[in-house]
Amino acid sequence: MVKSDVAQEPYGPEHEPETEWMELNMGPHHPSTHGVLRVRLKLDGEIVRDADADIGYLHTGFEKSFEDKTYTQGITFSDRMDYLAPPINNVGFVSAVEKLIGVDVPPRAQAIRVIMMELARVSSHELWLGTTGLDLGVYSGFFYAWRDRDLALDLNEAYSGVRMMTSFTRVGGVAWDLPEGWLDQLQRFIDVMPGRIDDFESMLTDNPIWRQRTEGVGVISREDAIEAGVTGPVLRASGVDYDVRKAFPYCGYEQYDFEVPVGTNGDCYDRYRMRVAEMRQSLRILQQAVDNLPDGPWLTADRKVALPPRAELSKSMEAVIHHFRLVSEGFKGPVGDVYAFVESPRGELGFYLVSDGTNKPYRMKVRPPSFCNLQALKKLVQGVLVADVIAIMGSLDFILGDCDR
Amino acid sequence: MSVKTTDTLVQRIGDRFKQALQESSDFRGDLSVVVEPAVVVDLARYLKADEGFDYLLYATAVDWPARDPRFTVVWEVRSLADKTRIRIKTAASMPDPHVPSLTSVWPAANWHERETWDLLGIRFDSHPDLRRILMPETWEGFPLRKDYVSFGEPVIFSDQKLEGLEPDAIRG
Repeated sequence: MVKSDVAQEPYGPEHEPETEWMELNMGPHHPSTHGVLRVRLKLDGEIVRDADADIGYLHTGFEKSFEDKTYTQGITFSDRMDYLAPPINNVGFVSAVEKLIGVDVPPRAQAIRVIMMELARVSSHELWLGTTGLDLGVYSGFFYAWRDRDLALDLNEAYSGVRMMTSFTRVGGVAWDLPEGWLDQLQRFIDVMPGRIDDFESMLTDNPIWRQRTEGVGVISREDAIEAGVTGPVLRASGVDYDVRKAFPYCGYEQYDFEVPVGTNGDCYDRYRMRVAEMRQSLRILQQAVDNLPDGPWLTADRKVALPPRAELSKSMEAVIHHFRLVSEGFKGPVGDVYAFVESPRGELGFYLVSDGTNKPYRMKVRPPSFCNLQALKKLVQGVLVADVIAIMGSLDFILGDCDR
Repeated sequence: MSVKTTDTLVQRIGDRFKQALQESSDFRGDLSVVVEPAVVVDLARYLKADEGFDYLLYATAVDWPARDPRFTVVWEVRSLADKTRIRIKTAASMPDPHVPSLTSVWPAANWHERETWDLLGIRFDSHPDLRRILMPETWEGFPLRKDYVSFGEPVIFSDQKLEGLEPDAIRG
């Protein structure tokens, strides 16, 4: 390097004129926030220096509402929180109640719950693929994803009568048995989906634009991920092998043969890979559940918590009394507090239930995975370009209804 | 990974914190310890450093209006390696319920403690950023307290004015 004799103007960070960071509002009505989220970005040119997520726009006070409703009534609230995986919320809610009062769930009910939960996982990840693709410019993907997700919603509708807010669980089992022909419909879904996922992967996995937008973007290390308290695919993409279904099996997940995909890089691309792999594993679980669906009752015979069958009401006075008690005031739980948790598509969904011995929860604290994942946003976006904020927010897969409750 | 059972964990906590450990329970397999607010941070440091509880699940509080102290503040943590959980409880009393913050030990507690402040009005001492998170900044009252009436918020429609009515009269 040739040194110039000419006296140069001093340069370097300390000689630069003072600049101000610009504050930019992203949201609350921004297409990529999927719900209503406002992020206050502090920008140094194109580079994000700080971010403050302003949540609460969808706060509905579910935790307060739970306190006014009996345990059975609360089920219908639970699926309105994470509206993209309602069955998993239903199961999470009742498993907290079941843990508190100690009810056994019949094997058939457990299998039906697993089927509904895995369907929800596939449909939620499908939707995630579509909308995150949309955010990053893969317009056609959205239509394919929507088409495929609809197959899962059709199954929801055929089973529960509702496409999204299934409310199908009851304490001690599920509300209805599977309708006739439903398993054939499910089998067609299981048969058709792998090809559809292949289609999607051929569109994205090796797509240079997709990889450029996601690889190496929004990296969070293993240690940081644990410290930030992120969960689900975000945690697993950073190399933590933790899935509630494997670590603390519930609903008989220990009987199913499936793998938990674990990533290495912890970037947006790994989080994408996790979700695609999880969809394939969910289909594996679904196939096993269809093949080995146990016969028998789908609701516990414990009349203290579950309604008697309709036919019994005309024959047994006992049944009428139980029916009246359950419908008019519900059942009571013992005094105590429990924490029950399930694996939602976004991570660990927990319910901390405090009971004072009445027929309603004294306090029901929900641990929403979206809330925990969104908390990491501040750390993830520092130093990235504004355009990457969209990719990172998409890869965290938060649902504001779940986050704000 | 050392072999630990929950029973001995409570014993170890008891040995270390003596009278500060007020109570411990094992209800439906969920282990809880109730400690004095003064030792919460020390207990948290001990649990994280020596017992491997590296992952904070949530923080919250429960309002018992008839009790004194009125609030139970709860943190629950997990050891990802050992697959064990422990619930840390402490008490906060009116009129100014406050407990130490655990954000210095588990940074993930940040938002959870903000939420507890927002909805139940528990102040967390030395929390780096204690402000409302779900409710608007200007909100008055703490919705999850038992004396806060559900559905009592005034709603002003565009053609109406709430003249002469104090918000509190409506909120009850």
